[in-house]
Amino acid sequence: MAAEQAKIDPMHQFTIEPLFGSADWELAGVNIAFTNSALWMAIAAFALWAFVVGGMKRQVVPGRWQMAVESATGFIDDMLAANVGKAGRKYVPYIFSLFMFILFANLLGLLPLGVVGLHPFTFTSHFTVTGVLAILSFSIVLIVGFARHGLHFFSLFVPHGTPWPMIPVIAPIEFISFMVRPFSLALRLFVAMMAGHVLLEVLSSFVISGINAGPVYGVLIAIPSLALMVGIVALEVLVSAIQAYVFALLTSLYINDAENLH
Amino acid sequence: MPQIEQLAETYTSQIFWLLVFFGLVFFVVGRGMVPRVMDTVALRDTQISGDLAAAQAARDEADRQEAAWREQENARRAQARALIAEAKARAAAESEARLATAQQRIDADLNEAEGRIAASRDRAGAQIEAIAGEAVQDVVRRLAGIEVDAASARAAAREVMNHG
Repeated sequence: MAAEQAKIDPMHQFTIEPLFGSADWELAGVNIAFTNSALWMAIAAFALWAFVVGGMKRQVVPGRWQMAVESATGFIDDMLAANVGKAGRKYVPYIFSLFMFILFANLLGLLPLGVVGLHPFTFTSHFTVTGVLAILSFSIVLIVGFARHGLHFFSLFVPHGTPWPMIPVIAPIEFISFMVRPFSLALRLFVAMMAGHVLLEVLSSFVISGINAGPVYGVLIAIPSLALMVGIVALEVLVSAIQAYVFALLTSLYINDAENLH
Repeated sequence: MPQIEQLAETYTSQIFWLLVFFGLVFFVVGRGMVPRVMDTVALRDTQISGDLAAAQAARDEADRQEAAWREQENARRAQARALIAEAKARAAAESEARLATAQQRIDADLNEAEGRIAASRDRAGAQIEAIAGEAVQDVVRRLAGIEVDAASARAAAREVMNHG
């Protein structure tokens, strides 16, 4: 990496590197190298576990931590109750895991660990990851839909009240919009996270280049860029939460389609 | 863009480790811990609503008891008032009766005394008559030397006394 110090590559932060010499690990013939991406998945999972463990005291009068955990589960529970109804309760574990895992991944990826020489990695900025999560959600919708409604689930492509001559036109459009769902889920999260991190990286390169170019550039470019960065970081924290929320909300809306077929 | 450049070499490890860690999150946190957290919340909610219902019931019971107590109190007060009125009436009747007997006794005493007085007066009158009669006899014998019998002397004396 020493060679790359000369020019700042905003995309370098997304590079996946095998850790602990695990580059050649294989399972059933496929590579399963333990990468920095996998490490941050482990950290996110552990942080989420630690967060929820703090809320397991089961006190009748909750402390602050227990209150925070109960707010999180209550938030997911309310969202599913509002979007799916009573049947939504059984999806709370999945939606909670999804929402909190994405939220922790997004927020951990924003940690300013570069200051102490570590490299935070936002694995939600990789579409291989968001794609798997989207396919999981989409599979649940398909499985629940066909298990509950059988072949009648195909009537999802014919919105309620469609005049029958319009069905040949409407149904393909509905089918396409249905099939686009996993892609839109995956790409939305991936693009939002990547764009934010690239923007921060570009602005920080402005700060460094501005300072290196001399005092006049430092004042004119570096300071405004730094001020903008502070604002963008705050925005990115917001985006982290919003994207996790959008992923969970859309998943629960899709589950609603499967549970309560119009 | 490493996401695309490294796709071929990294996608298997990305998918594998994501499934491992997301699976752990789902089964350990989502399935294992979240339901217990929600149970705690539900338990607290039922306890709070139960406590509220108990408090409401206790309040209703207190209201009911207060109303009953007030009713009882009113009845007791009315009873006490009736008792007092009765006692007052009885006392009044008793004192009236006692007054009546006392009055009767006083009247009797008065009558008796009056009778005694009248008798004494009659007796005294008779004695005065007798004395006056004797005096008349005496006066007449001394002055006129006539012997007047006692009865006419007494009649004459009575006549003078009666006419003043």
